[in-house]
Amino acid sequence: MTDVYSETDSAGRSFTVTGGDWDTVADAAQEDEEGHLVVNMGPQHPSTHGVLRVILALDGETVTECRLAVGYLHTGIEKNTEYRTWTQGVTFVTRADYLMPLYNEAAYCLSVERLLGIENDVPERANVIRVLLMELQRIGSHMVAIATGGMEIGAIAVMTFGFRERELILDCLELITGLRLNHAYIRPGGVVQDLPVDAEEKVREFVKVMRRNLGDYAKLLNENDIFKGRLKGVATLDLPGCMALGVTGPMLRAAGMPWDLRKAQPYCGYEDYEFDVVTADGADAYDRYLIRFEEMKESLDIIEQCLDRLGPPGEKPVMVDDPKIAWPARLAVGSDGQGNSLDHIRHIMGESMEALIHHFKLVTEGFRVPAGQAYVPIESPKGELGAHVVSDGGTRPYRVHLRDPSFANLQAVPAMAEGGMVADVIVAIASVDPVLGGVDR
Amino acid sequence: MSTGGGGENVPERRVHDLPLPTYGRGMFGANDTGDTSGYGRLRRPVPFPGPAQRPYGEGLDEIADAFEGGYDDYHTAIEQVVVHRGEITFHVRRESLLDAVRVLRDDEILRFEMCLGVSGVHYPQDVGRELHAVYHFLSITNNNRLRLEVSCPDSDPHIPSIVEVYPTNNWHERETFDFFGIVFDGHPALTRIQMPDDWVGHPQRKDYPLGGIPVEYKGATIPPPDERRAYH
Repeated sequence: MTDVYSETDSAGRSFTVTGGDWDTVADAAQEDEEGHLVVNMGPQHPSTHGVLRVILALDGETVTECRLAVGYLHTGIEKNTEYRTWTQGVTFVTRADYLMPLYNEAAYCLSVERLLGIENDVPERANVIRVLLMELQRIGSHMVAIATGGMEIGAIAVMTFGFRERELILDCLELITGLRLNHAYIRPGGVVQDLPVDAEEKVREFVKVMRRNLGDYAKLLNENDIFKGRLKGVATLDLPGCMALGVTGPMLRAAGMPWDLRKAQPYCGYEDYEFDVVTADGADAYDRYLIRFEEMKESLDIIEQCLDRLGPPGEKPVMVDDPKIAWPARLAVGSDGQGNSLDHIRHIMGESMEALIHHFKLVTEGFRVPAGQAYVPIESPKGELGAHVVSDGGTRPYRVHLRDPSFANLQAVPAMAEGGMVADVIVAIASVDPVLGGVDR
Repeated sequence: MSTGGGGENVPERRVHDLPLPTYGRGMFGANDTGDTSGYGRLRRPVPFPGPAQRPYGEGLDEIADAFEGGYDDYHTAIEQVVVHRGEITFHVRRESLLDAVRVLRDDEILRFEMCLGVSGVHYPQDVGRELHAVYHFLSITNNNRLRLEVSCPDSDPHIPSIVEVYPTNNWHERETFDFFGIVFDGHPALTRIQMPDDWVGHPQRKDYPLGGIPVEYKGATIPPPDERRAYH
């Protein structure tokens, strides 16, 4: 079936190609004196990492110009938060970058906590749980980065392995938060509930499996000639380029800058953990892969340190000790799965008038946040993620803006792709690890 | 915050009208039903954090000193300095924005190598300065941060683009234009980035409705989120 649809207008001849009929296009490009071809890739394309549209001007197989178009996944998350309470805001921001929902929640909650002035009142156990979950998710996010990046250059096995490991992480997160994605688990003031009793055992088991599997990845990829051939020296972006384009995260560290907010501007108690900031100096796609790979090992170390510090669940608080902020409802495992805690219902209905009032006011109105603005950045798997949160003193956010690292990093793709081969555009995009849910929000 | 002691060292600062306050309405959010308490007619001002006095706090005075020392037009460019929750915000006149960010990037003490983009905030009650653009900067060398805030009236929504100094702001400024209608003069290609090109309006402004339809459930009707009872 030939589906070549040729049309000539003021912009020149255009073709609609659905695969298998490139000869006509190639012949037409030969006829054209300049030999230039403008190719539209996406927005629905398996190699664009989501719904990203790439427009390429080609001279033969060399990319002369590259432009990206985003916005296909815009869902108005920021606007929606302005019509819900501060607590409900968590359920919106978590849906921005769907490969690192807990980071979105953490950035948002840390900003709200700063505005509330309760940054130092968040219980230690809540911080340890936050770090534990974030590091679990960092591995999951890096796994998808490597998996989809491998798939896009033809290494399907890497994709199946990567998603297999991520499934183990999602199992852990499901056990702890109740959901595989979009957890809404981190809340202003702490986390929504304590870990279940079998969480520590499950996570320890995962760490053991993951350490072994990471060795397999190293054997499969690190010195693989084809893999290195596709990635080494491709999509380079040096340090001045990273600085000018606001690039953070693994891309910046691959350019030799040891910049990690967990070390430089610690939050959630990261100063108490021992781990290394991994850097490389190749500034290319291969070094970005290596950095993600090594960071997963560091994350496993941090997870183990978290588990050692946790202790048995249920003894220490996981929410700030302020009945005017802390979400009042408690959950318990009932005969039909999860439900309201009968102890809590007895407390508010039979024992304490104040508890009933706090429950009612917090659930219907929510709490008020003093007027002002805050920006608390955290080191997400993709770079600096910050929530710019403005309050006008009310029970709803006045404005929430997520500074998503994918959004800023994606701007660097033309700088990495122009002048290179068209096949390397795929590598360049994959090495950025953009998630369009976060880019478009 | 005390101003005593070092009073003679504090430069005289022209304090412009604060952007706000906003006003809290009522107490129970019951403006539309039989509110017999009278609290529904309450109107109390909610002030935003005001201009700060020296000392600004740990690490922040050094930034302010370096900014003041490195920028010749500091006193005309900077309208006020706000310190809140340990974060410092310089309110900059829009005419001076480009010069100010050049100082931030190029000054050998300040060294704000990285800009983390701009986000808009719409304050309809702040007449004459309705649209605010908020920039976050990071100095990796000094490991510190600062924030610039620029305002422009809704009737003349123009702010100079800083893309020539911080290229990363290209997409960020397009997004702020898309959502708030702030025109960044000098931007290389200021087009919409998230909304379709032919979209009418700027969706994250406060006068742009969220939209939605009432939902009926078991005979009761739940209004869309922007028409529900709100508490302030």
